[in-house]
Amino acid sequence: MNELIAFLSDNLELFYILILAIFIGVELIKNVPTVLHTPLMSGANALSGVVIVGAIIVMLQADPTDYLSLALGFIAVVFGIINVIGGFAVTDRMLQMFKKKK
Amino acid sequence: MSIALGIIYLIATITFVIGLKMLGHPATAKKGNLISGTGMVLAIIGTLFLQEKVLETGEVVPLFKTVSIFVYSLIISAILLGSIIGWFMAMKVKMTKMPELVSLFNGFGGGSSLLIGLIEFSKNVGVDDANKASSAIVTTILSAIIIGSITFTGSIVAWAKLDGSMKDLRLPNYNLINNILFLALVAFGAFIVMMNTDSLILIYILLIASLIYGYLFVAPIGGADMPVVISLLNSLTGIAAAITGILYGNMVMLVGGILVGSAGLILTFAMCKAMNRSLSNVVFGAFGSSGDVAVAAVGKTGGSIKKTSASDAAVMLNYSTNVVIVPGYGLAVAQAQHVIHELEELLTRKGVNVKYAIHPVAGRMPGHMNVLLAESNVSYDKLVEMDDINPQFPNTDVVLVVGANDVVNPAAHTDPSSPIYGMPILNVENAKNIIVNKRSMNAGYAGIENELFYNQKTSMLFGDAKAALTELVSELKNM
Repeated sequence: MNELIAFLSDNLELFYILILAIFIGVELIKNVPTVLHTPLMSGANALSGVVIVGAIIVMLQADPTDYLSLALGFIAVVFGIINVIGGFAVTDRMLQMFKKKK
Repeated sequence: MSIALGIIYLIATITFVIGLKMLGHPATAKKGNLISGTGMVLAIIGTLFLQEKVLETGEVVPLFKTVSIFVYSLIISAILLGSIIGWFMAMKVKMTKMPELVSLFNGFGGGSSLLIGLIEFSKNVGVDDANKASSAIVTTILSAIIIGSITFTGSIVAWAKLDGSMKDLRLPNYNLINNILFLALVAFGAFIVMMNTDSLILIYILLIASLIYGYLFVAPIGGADMPVVISLLNSLTGIAAAITGILYGNMVMLVGGILVGSAGLILTFAMCKAMNRSLSNVVFGAFGSSGDVAVAAVGKTGGSIKKTSASDAAVMLNYSTNVVIVPGYGLAVAQAQHVIHELEELLTRKGVNVKYAIHPVAGRMPGHMNVLLAESNVSYDKLVEMDDINPQFPNTDVVLVVGANDVVNPAAHTDPSSPIYGMPILNVENAKNIIVNKRSMNAGYAGIENELFYNQKTSMLFGDAKAALTELVSELKNM
């Protein structure tokens, strides 16, 4: 319990940001027309690929002889980047279709 | 962290917020997506080359000087490999398969979080007590593993179900089993934290149990509810990413993840509202697959149906003033989007006023039908949303329903025992005439009979959507 309180007080800004980000997320999406729900979902999905940053950090910090961690990290990076590149690319492809005629 | 990297992360975070905001408006959406994509690439490059490391002497050096070429080439090849796979999947996918793809990508994101959690935990193995990670850190790691695993298998199950390669699975008392398993997962995680153990065996048990829970969580949910599930899992992946961000004190991960988490939750609720269901009803109700519900409803409808031919339907459309087309997923499956656009243009040239009525959940995910019609160049202003088109049906001469079923089922208004009772629908039964194109009399995706087909004003045009519409177009051309 003491450790938890220590963790909270050491990282208080983190929790401020956490709470504010929740509200921003809600406000940003609240009034999006149905037309855009599919691209929005896939665009947001691409953003969740930000976990790739963590995957890269984990690999950079890994001991070069720790092959298990490196192998798992390798898969984590591949998974993360598929999520990022695939997500942004497919969202762009969809939005391209909306754009071409008007 | 170097100040340069700090600034890059700040910029990336801002692009995420701006990009997401711009994604919400048709005019700016494409640009918004590019902006957040650029921010993401910046964050990735920055992470690769601008991390710093504190040496034992207290000196701060750039991390890339201490990391071996071997590790760097591994990371770069992983990035290249994943980029090619992701790009290939994104370019090859058919627009009808969009929900499957989003679900799959989402699973990859969750998988990434769970792997990071595993590696971080293994760093703790064999470390003496003084240098062990604090229980708060272990809690964060375990949460990343649990949530990451649930979204990983959950998304794969969702993908398999949408793809039709997996049927619903309902264990007896599955709600009870799932809830007990979930509580057991949390309790087991808490136990690991309390024990302050570094046993990898326990972590693998937790991992496998979480993976199984992800499977059992999605397995009983019916196909019609899958969009809600995908959105919910999407939100969870964001939360998993944010938790990993807390682990590294990394703001861009934290904010990016939370934005997805809260935005995903809002979308989930918007979808539930469009179907007049509560989230708990979707998750625990397990309706929406062809099961006992359909059987019970069959007896109520009965009656006789009226068949029509393409030439009769063409005559009817030709002499109408106002025509509304109600497209459903069946249209897209038959690849008939282009033919329907041709039909619409032909009728417009003949002086008929043609519009499309789009139900919020038409297709397999919200807004899916808009994407599918946009693919075949249907003009944006011809697509009318449900609330705007419903008052216009009494003045509509002919409604042409193609491959849609549940979204035009009057049982949503009239039959309190129907599983879709209360769901907002397109009130096509108010139109003067209704033509329904269907392949057969099978029930819709939700597995419910539709009394609209037995309505006196309804004529059924049986056949594959593409073949039937092509015939309709050629008949119209001859008039």
